[in-house]
Amino acid sequence: MIPEYGHFALILAACVSLALGVVPLLGAARRRPLWIAAARPLAGGQLAFAGVAFACLAAAFLGDDFSVAYVAANSNRLLPWFYKLSAVWGAHEGSLLRWVLVLSGWTAAVAVAGRGLPALLLARVLAVMGLVAFGFHLFLLLTSNPFARLLPLPPDDGGDLNPLLQDFGLIVHPPLLYMGYVGLAVPFAFAIAALLAGRLDAAWVRWMRPWTNAAWAFLTLGIALGSWWAYYELGWGGWWFWDPVENASLMPWLLATALAHSLAVTEKRGLLRGWTLLLAIFAFALSLLGTFLVRSGVLTSVHAFAADPTRGVFVLGFLGVVIGGSLLLYGLRVPTLPAPAGFGWRSREAALLANNALLVVITGVVLLGTLYPLIADVLGWGKISVGPPYFDSFFVPLTLGLALLLGLGALLQWKDTALLRLRGALGLGAVVALLAGILLPRLWGEWRWGAGLALAAACWILALSGWDLWRKSAGAGGFWQGVRRLRAGYWGMTVAHLGVALAIAGAGVTGSYSLERDLRMAPGDRLDLAGWEFRFEGVREVAGPNYRSQKGVVTVTRAGQPAMRLQPEKRRYLGGQVMTEAAIDAGLWRDLYVALGEPLDGEAWSVRVHVKPGVRWIWLGGAWIALGAALAAADRRYRTRATVAASAAISAGG
Amino acid sequence: MHPQRRRRLALVLFIVALSSLGVGLAVYALRQNLNLFYTPRQVVAGEASTLARIRVGGMVVRGSLEREPDSLAVRFRLTDGDRELWVRYEGILPDLFGEGEAAVAAGHLRPGPLLEADQVLAKHDENYTPPEVVEGMKAGHAARAAREAAGQEATSQPNAAEDSAP
Repeated sequence: MIPEYGHFALILAACVSLALGVVPLLGAARRRPLWIAAARPLAGGQLAFAGVAFACLAAAFLGDDFSVAYVAANSNRLLPWFYKLSAVWGAHEGSLLRWVLVLSGWTAAVAVAGRGLPALLLARVLAVMGLVAFGFHLFLLLTSNPFARLLPLPPDDGGDLNPLLQDFGLIVHPPLLYMGYVGLAVPFAFAIAALLAGRLDAAWVRWMRPWTNAAWAFLTLGIALGSWWAYYELGWGGWWFWDPVENASLMPWLLATALAHSLAVTEKRGLLRGWTLLLAIFAFALSLLGTFLVRSGVLTSVHAFAADPTRGVFVLGFLGVVIGGSLLLYGLRVPTLPAPAGFGWRSREAALLANNALLVVITGVVLLGTLYPLIADVLGWGKISVGPPYFDSFFVPLTLGLALLLGLGALLQWKDTALLRLRGALGLGAVVALLAGILLPRLWGEWRWGAGLALAAACWILALSGWDLWRKSAGAGGFWQGVRRLRAGYWGMTVAHLGVALAIAGAGVTGSYSLERDLRMAPGDRLDLAGWEFRFEGVREVAGPNYRSQKGVVTVTRAGQPAMRLQPEKRRYLGGQVMTEAAIDAGLWRDLYVALGEPLDGEAWSVRVHVKPGVRWIWLGGAWIALGAALAAADRRYRTRATVAASAAISAGG
Repeated sequence: MHPQRRRRLALVLFIVALSSLGVGLAVYALRQNLNLFYTPRQVVAGEASTLARIRVGGMVVRGSLEREPDSLAVRFRLTDGDRELWVRYEGILPDLFGEGEAAVAAGHLRPGPLLEADQVLAKHDENYTPPEVVEGMKAGHAARAAREAAGQEATSQPNAAEDSAP
């Protein structure tokens, strides 16, 4: 019965989301206080029903109910309980249910945290999120019901969860990524609500900022975790493949980054309002596009689910309605906005505008490369794929440009800056960057362009951020007193910028100085790589809970001293799938990476041995960016303003 | 013209020129890095370029995989059910690579014809086969059926009857 309860709860959740999408909007149009006030309880009801549906599916997984088709396809009696739980979102139907649950969670969070918001604005925001949720509920119920039964003859045991997904990375990566993807629905809903109301004042922007930063933090963490997971689980030793689905998550991230910055301009100076709205709309539209790319199976990708054309058509239609409707509303309402004041080209506004322009250009380049194979296919130009060199040739120089701008932009003041006063800082930054670019690569060996430029860019950001921190904290009470006075928002910006520097440095160093050898090794064979000696000892059979493994042993020595034993595995799961488990010795300065290829004649194996300096910095940098975004979202200013505004309104009224 | 309008016009022209330059560069870079997909039948018929990097997809012919004893170099044949193509590759083959399974090889075409692959991809899960390969196999089987129906003898290419579509 539990799956039926789940199905029923899902239908109820769909009904509630429709009510949430319609009633408050009508109420706002007709000024009916009761209808407007319905928004918050409806948001809570939606979360409750979606939660029940999700819990029912989880119960079906934990209870090995193989009469449910989705459970039968993705679970197995022998699967450990935590993988049974994470298998709930391991394939299409369940991950979509999770999507709906997360969206309901964000909606409820806005309902709770938004108590201080004007009732009309809150009602509209929740209603827009309800409409989006209704679209996804329909998608679930019409094309991908996770509770469909396999009756009357359920199988005794399930197929297995795809072994690629039987991993800690899968437990955390999709939920975080979804928090980010779906979180972008909040700024989108704020944008649509503002357009509906025809009012775009500073209060609206101040409300939108922390939500954007929170969603952006989750998206950053999700992408960084995905990259880390691909690195150790796919067994190729790469950290970014320009796979269409990676691009699908990168594009909303790029636009969310732009949005987080343009919101600063809109809040502080009231400029770029229309642009900010457009970014909010497109960031969410791109996260829907990502869903379409993953779900429809139109692109060949590591992530592609087995194709089902009706799903693709549904998401594409939904995407069309969302983008078309939003842009129509935008076109009708934006020309009525008041014309803003201007600003000088040496101002922070100008730097942030340039930052936005660069980020949008990068998004456009990635979008073109990702969609080109689809366009070519539709137009009959043949089956095409776009190679990574295309992406690299744009992404790398544009990112370096962005880094240059980042260091400078953070120093500039609003409206206009006397550049003469920044002479010292810019000189310092230039000298540090030049020295770092020339000298630091020598730590890893021969000087290379990639590492030189990346380290110069990273140290440019580091030097200028440090200078700014020193200057901002100057004043009475000395440095430490000053540091304590700085706001969370400022710390957020600085930490995120240092994260960018760290990630750029990591990408440059690992790109230039990774040593990779694929070779045939018989027991007793040795390989010298970057001062490490790898000795292949052989392979033995080991049994796991739902797989048999061939476990290799590689002893590593450095300068004759034994350093470690690495045990890469080749697992064959019960379903017949084969998985490579790389053995990685992780370090802040270098990773040693050994993976088994395939058995060759005799006792020999093909073995992949990598030494990758600095590869951890990429993900650490991502974590710093997320931390910075979280700090900025938590700035007290956003929480106290509501009461200040409320008391101001009261005093103005009284 | 009003000086302010003239300035605005200059700005608009500048933006238009800059963005067209950008789009032009992007399209050029895209053209340089396109990897066209072919089936073995198309390659054998001489449709594929010998200069650009191409991708060829099909089923790995059973019994065709040969390894060199002292290195990681391998040779195997890809079929679309009609024609076959030799592929040479040096490196580690993916986990789900196997005879009778779908694979896509990317690289440069050498006389023979032989594909000198720098990358070999296999399907990544049991239930998923790249759509290009499925279509290529369908076309290949259709072409072969048509050829046999016309009473032609199978040509010098050994056929691949045991490798049916997934």
